[in-house]
Amino acid sequence: MNKNRTNGRFESALRSGKFVVAAEISPPDSANPQDVLKAANILGPYADALNVTDGSGANCHISSVATCTILSNAGYEVIFQMSCRDRNRIAMQGELLGASALGLYNVLCITGDDVTTGDHPQAKRVFDMDSIQLIQTARIMRDDGIFLSGRKLSAKPTFFLGGADNPFVEPFEFRPYRLAKKIEAGAEFFQSQYCFDVGRLKSHMQKVCDLGLHEKSFILIGVGPLRSEKTAEFMRTKVPGVYIPDEIVERMRKTPSEKKREEGKKICAEIIQQIKEIKGVAGIHMMAYKQEESGAEILEMVGLTEKKKIE
Amino acid sequence: MSFFNRLRDHPYLLEVTYQVTEQVVNALQPLWRRMGYDRAEALFRTPEKIGKGAVFNCKMCGQCTLHYTGMTCPMSCPKNLRNGPCGGVRLGGYCEVDATMKCVWVEVFERSQKMKIYGDDIYQIQPPLNQQNMDRSAFMNIAFMKSAEIPEAWKTETGLSHEQK
Ligand code: SF4
Repeated sequence: MNKNRTNGRFESALRSGKFVVAAEISPPDSANPQDVLKAANILGPYADALNVTDGSGANCHISSVATCTILSNAGYEVIFQMSCRDRNRIAMQGELLGASALGLYNVLCITGDDVTTGDHPQAKRVFDMDSIQLIQTARIMRDDGIFLSGRKLSAKPTFFLGGADNPFVEPFEFRPYRLAKKIEAGAEFFQSQYCFDVGRLKSHMQKVCDLGLHEKSFILIGVGPLRSEKTAEFMRTKVPGVYIPDEIVERMRKTPSEKKREEGKKICAEIIQQIKEIKGVAGIHMMAYKQEESGAEILEMVGLTEKKKIE
Repeated sequence: MSFFNRLRDHPYLLEVTYQVTEQVVNALQPLWRRMGYDRAEALFRTPEKIGKGAVFNCKMCGQCTLHYTGMTCPMSCPKNLRNGPCGGVRLGGYCEVDATMKCVWVEVFERSQKMKIYGDDIYQIQPPLNQQNMDRSAFMNIAFMKSAEIPEAWKTETGLSHEQK
């Protein structure tokens, strides 16, 4: 494993070996910084880092880099997400430099949901680089102090680089190798898509450990509560890459409406307990969009509520 | 299933053909040099477009990566991913963007497992595409080292080390 480059709270927490909690923040549709801070209010204090999405679901929001800056100025540790969907390599390298200059050193490089899933399906999809190429580009800038073109930077950026993992969709057998490729490119941490299928996760992690990838990177598993069988149905059909087994949807359906919220939290807590036992898992990534209270309650249920924010 | 679809499921046959074609193109280097890039490229472009179009649904990116990607053209992926699948693959292995189509990378992986010569090349990291090569003959780009025009800073030796495979 590499040395601690950023000395940031997120990287240091991971390197300390404790079970880490990252929480996802959806940037609001607003130019008011107060709205950004509001979005982080509930989960912020419990998270080792707040992960700020970059136009997730291909919907327009205030930019990830601006949201990160506002949150980081307020004392939060943030992870800046950068997707390949909307920028070419010129814009991406510029923004990477900008992020580092603003003190945003945790960068999660992702491919990005397609434009057709969002509110601007007429937009041009860019994908000038893919996520692996983006990770390697950021690593080259950091380690060699040059742009892709070879032109020299007068000051090298600082990055702790991450990538996405989705063990729950095909081609299953290739997924661990995709992690290996990302590590080769420079990724040191991973955040996965929502886990609702612990069995699948176990076989994925088994292969990841066989390849020794858990010793070269920190792997956080995505979790989040379901509100009802309807949200489950929506997520598994409309949100790219989310797999929810029938048993879980059935369990939600059988629960009386007034208890559905509780049941959704219980399912999530059970999954977290199981994830904690899996070899190679470094922590969780809580995604509780518009149900931040539930997210915080779940963390309480599984005993992960140590306060983390330093002012 | 059409003839070409069936052919695509015999990647071993295709990789041999690819290897032979590449060797022939390389052996004829002096001839291409005498013709010059413009004329040689113009000569190759159309046959290549028709041939590779029929067999691989080739999109003429001009920087052929077929043997790295299970003899399957990754440019049919709506996100043009050249290093592996996105995280949005649908249940049953269908594409996030076009639910009627199998994810290109599900096919790439399956086929790469049946290949004997270049099968392991799927583990190599592919550099960002040189957009200037678009719509040109990939074979001539190789012959004239145009496909070597990858970003300066890119290190070609990256890829999985052997014990990881
Ligand atoms: S599902 Fe497969 S083919 Fe479709 S965009 Fe993702 S990687 Fe490309």
